[in-house]
Amino acid sequence: MFIAGILALLVTMALTLWRTLLGPTLFDRLLAVNSFGTKTVLLIAVYGFMTGRPDFLDIALVYALINFVGTIAVLKFFEYDDLGSGKYQEDDF
Amino acid sequence: METLVADVLLTFLVVIAVGIIVLRDLLAAVILLGAYSLTAAGAFVVMDAVDVAFTEAAVGSGISTILFLGALSFTKHEQKPRGNDSWVAVLFVVVTGALLIYGTLDMPYYGSATSAAQTNPDLAVRFLQQSGSEVGPPNIVTSVLASYRGYDTLGETMVVFAAGMAVLSLLGLKRRRPGLEAPEDAPGDTPGETPADALDEPPTSRHT
Repeated sequence: MFIAGILALLVTMALTLWRTLLGPTLFDRLLAVNSFGTKTVLLIAVYGFMTGRPDFLDIALVYALINFVGTIAVLKFFEYDDLGSGKYQEDDF
Repeated sequence: METLVADVLLTFLVVIAVGIIVLRDLLAAVILLGAYSLTAAGAFVVMDAVDVAFTEAAVGSGISTILFLGALSFTKHEQKPRGNDSWVAVLFVVVTGALLIYGTLDMPYYGSATSAAQTNPDLAVRFLQQSGSEVGPPNIVTSVLASYRGYDTLGETMVVFAAGMAVLSLLGLKRRRPGLEAPEDAPGDTPGETPADALDEPPTSRHT
């Protein structure tokens, strides 16, 4: 069962990677990379259970956090064109 | 099954790397770099190198993405089209890559039964049993890194230190070049400032 799950995850990762490389707009790529990261997290979790080492769940959690931080940073850059030197606030509010 | 997962992840790495090279949009390339690091970290986990995977995920996918974005806010999003690719540069890259691959040839294969860790099983047992009394820290990896292979770690630290000094000297040189004067909207931005302070303020304000 775990093997089937891993194979399905690998196929899904290939599909999201395909969208990342094709994706016409930047949002397509960002969304695809974000879900690619989520699939990596799931893959590590399922892999840990398959090989009888559920401790891999901790690593998967850390990866989920890092993936989140990266996506937030890219989105912030996308919105404000820099990483928050504080300049945009005078203009936007 | 383990080999299959590792192989597929490594194939993903190659695909992402080619995508990074081909894409002209620098922001998309940065996003792809994050995916590259996360995939590499996943491959490390599958290959049982969990500590390396943690470092790769935190440094490669976490802080590197943010540093690249910070660098990108100083420049444009599109790669400048270049008419003529320098053949000397291509030659250097190919030769360096070939040398690196040549350097891996005498390494044992992944999971090889004839690797040093397999042919000297007493060594691992000795580290596991005696590192606590010999070195001290409860974490055996720390003991190996800081004490048993301390010279190796010292060399690595020197490489990192040299890289940091190089970056600092580059930033300092750029600061003193004429034409990169302080912007009008940043009072107190004097040439005597340290390079670290100069990084906080972009040279031009894009939102005015």
